[in-house]
Amino acid sequence: MSAICLDIRDLSAVLPNGQRVLRSVSLAVQPGEVRALVGESGAGKTMIGKAVLGVLPSSVRIVEGDMLLEGEDLGKLQPKARRTLIGARTALIPQDPLTALNPSRRIGPQMTDRLVRILGWSGEKADTRIRQLLDEVQIRDPDRVLKSYPHELSGGMRQRVLIAAAFAAEPRLIVADEPTTALDVTVQKQILRLIVQLQREHGTAILFVTHDLGVVAKISQRVSVLYAGKVVEEADTAALFAAPQHPYTRALMAATPRYTDPFASLKPVDEAVLAGLASEIAAADQAWRRSHG
Amino acid sequence: MDEGRARRRGVPPRLWLAGGWLLLALLAAIFAPLVAPQDPLAQDLMLERLPPFWMAGADPGYWLGTDSLGRDLLSRLIFGGRIAFIVAFAAAIAACLVGSALGLIAGYFGGWADRIISRIVDVWMAFPPVLFAILLVAVLGTGLSSVILAIAIIDWTRFCRVIRAETMGQSRMDYVENARIAGYGRIGIMLREVLPNVVPSIVALLSLEMGIAVIVEAILSFVNLSISTDDPTWGGIIAEGRLSIHQAWWVLVFPLVTLILTVLSFSQFGEALKTRFDPVLR
Repeated sequence: MSAICLDIRDLSAVLPNGQRVLRSVSLAVQPGEVRALVGESGAGKTMIGKAVLGVLPSSVRIVEGDMLLEGEDLGKLQPKARRTLIGARTALIPQDPLTALNPSRRIGPQMTDRLVRILGWSGEKADTRIRQLLDEVQIRDPDRVLKSYPHELSGGMRQRVLIAAAFAAEPRLIVADEPTTALDVTVQKQILRLIVQLQREHGTAILFVTHDLGVVAKISQRVSVLYAGKVVEEADTAALFAAPQHPYTRALMAATPRYTDPFASLKPVDEAVLAGLASEIAAADQAWRRSHG
Repeated sequence: MDEGRARRRGVPPRLWLAGGWLLLALLAAIFAPLVAPQDPLAQDLMLERLPPFWMAGADPGYWLGTDSLGRDLLSRLIFGGRIAFIVAFAAAIAACLVGSALGLIAGYFGGWADRIISRIVDVWMAFPPVLFAILLVAVLGTGLSSVILAIAIIDWTRFCRVIRAETMGQSRMDYVENARIAGYGRIGIMLREVLPNVVPSIVALLSLEMGIAVIVEAILSFVNLSISTDDPTWGGIIAEGRLSIHQAWWVLVFPLVTLILTVLSFSQFGEALKTRFDPVLR
């Protein structure tokens, strides 16, 4: 088995009008590593996550590149085998905990269902496992929570439930898609801490999608900076923050608000940098089109 | 939670009224031979056009008066309820099963399935429904089963349209995506994850459709295309009442009121059921 947990090589995806939304993305996530994927909205961060999990919208088509999950080439598998593999080895911590739980089913069966039906566990084993995970995400009254409908829980509680559900099947890779964006600021920190704590205990690799450089600095070991579906910089987190190489990364950092001067006006990303990037991308697209007829 | 329970305890009056009327009408229809004061078919020309009980000249045995052939109006309404309810339940359930299934498939799978089903619905709905019903019964022949069949054939599109839209909305929710990531099959997700979320709408529509079926049946019997002419039906009584409106208004008004109350009750009851079935609204 390959040592690399997730290996994305030169992944390109297009919209029906031929526009590329992912531009030869390469990305490797090592086992047990937290890899941050940072960029503005629309940069394609979520798209990469969806591509890995096999839930791209039907309008987006992958035209090139490979995705290897623990050495298995997802593109070469039959759809059914691919679904089973993705189901068993990955999980998602979604952005919006409100819509990610089925509103008409109680939490308990929703959580155990997956273990029973996909992994073939007994109901009893699944129940024990779920309770153990609920304890790990510091839910103190599992009986009430398991019997509740999603709307009866707060946003923070729902996200805890989803984190517990994501770790329950012991996946090798979790895609966390801005898991704290929809939450209250006070809850964000706790949720982040929980994710990191469980990640360490379980040794799960996480592909952490975010636009928040502060979060990146706190939790990740490596970062990929994304702009317009293109990885503009990839580095160890410490190195990136100490010495950002790409002008866009530097501009992005300069645009982050500082606590030391909370009343300073917000700075947009420098326009000259964006213009430079645009021409860089246009040139790359042209070259790509030429080589792909 | 406590607030929710308090709300649940207070049953709104319209649910009581609607449910009460439906229960009363249903029980009367089921036990018609025991409840009806007179034989609904017995004619007595000596008793023609007796007025209802509060008017001068009323006969205590004929509460709502009699029609131009001396038949007891109340008994005819009670027996007419039998056909109304049979048609309402059978036709609405048939339309619901066909329409909801197709709507679920179109909304969940999208693409070709959706295009084909949606076009059929469009064409179907371009037909004027009453004309369509009359045409169908003319082709199928009169009789209880052809009336039921005709209503189901016409009205499945109502379910299909609404359930398709609801299903599309639900299918875009993250929980469906989550289920796909977990590795559930498409049909499994449709039935286990999406369907429970559209059930409240199906139930509300079903009740509404029962009211509509009652109307269509009345229209068909009004134009004499429903069941055999002997059995009393609400539409049939209305048709007869229309002829003697100046001499005996009650023959027209009472079946109309019965019809309106029943149809209104079905729609109100459906609305209330919807909130019952929906865990978020409950």
